[in-house]
Amino acid sequence: MTIKFGVVVFPGSNCDHDAYYALRKVLGYDVTFLWHKESDLQDCDALILPGGFSYGDYLRPGAIAKLSPIMNSVVSFANKGGVVVGICNGFQVLLESGLLPGILLRNDHLRFVCRDVFITPLNRNSIFTSEISSSPLQVPIAHGDGNYFADEETLKSLQDNNQIVFQYSSPEGIIAQEFNPNGSCLNIAGIQNKEGNVLGMMPHPERASDPALSKTDGAVVFKSIYHNLINRL
Amino acid sequence: MFKVKVVVRRRSSILDPYGKAVEQGAKLLGIKNVRSVRINKEIDFLVQTDDEELAQKEVIELCGKLLANPIMEDYEFKLERTDDN
Repeated sequence: MTIKFGVVVFPGSNCDHDAYYALRKVLGYDVTFLWHKESDLQDCDALILPGGFSYGDYLRPGAIAKLSPIMNSVVSFANKGGVVVGICNGFQVLLESGLLPGILLRNDHLRFVCRDVFITPLNRNSIFTSEISSSPLQVPIAHGDGNYFADEETLKSLQDNNQIVFQYSSPEGIIAQEFNPNGSCLNIAGIQNKEGNVLGMMPHPERASDPALSKTDGAVVFKSIYHNLINRL
Repeated sequence: MFKVKVVVRRRSSILDPYGKAVEQGAKLLGIKNVRSVRINKEIDFLVQTDDEELAQKEVIELCGKLLANPIMEDYEFKLERTDDN
């Protein structure tokens, strides 16, 4: 038995091949593309909603992608405990589809931001972080709408239930406003659902996985998922 | 048939960066007294039915599930009966 990843492809996805490459060529995992008009998840064990600009970000990022036929299957897969990761635009799709709470607003400084950041895992017991041996992780962000927002009650519930997975930090792991690249509440870079099987994150772990690019901190997210799923078999 | 006009507004508690940018532009033009600019979305469409209750129901469903995100936006709409095609 092996673990099979599925990378969903929406019209306008542009990190789908990066995710596929990181999973197959760098990490050697089984992976397949899943076209948004399909509803068959092809027996995948973990799903990636990749970054990009699905449907041109029309209306709001992720607002139309959530209505794609494949999303019905993704939502029922997630509700049955299936592992789903949304990266960047994929995070926006997860929020719009209601699998995660809150919303991503325009960056507070109004600019598209594309650079490396440091993220510190707040929750080290998550299936997405369990293999992390040293932190923070250095991973790139590339977004215009990454400013995580939720009301006070939701933020408190995220904290109480250990749902904040990653926070923007200094290279030493200090969480402070000056290391927040977009104005996110509580420096949030990634959250998971209460059950712990759905992760949404703005940084791109797939773009920091290949040793040829000299940055490999992101690979640990996929390794964590792989090891947790293998251990369940 | 009904002509529908929907206006989607960001909640006043949520920063409107587009509005802020326009406010900044006004300042650069030397227009001094412009404040609280908010950029809203206006969406026009037709609903092909003569049943007003059904038209209302469809518009509310579309607004709630697609045109507006209730976490950050409010909406209002106007229905107007029309014979135009």
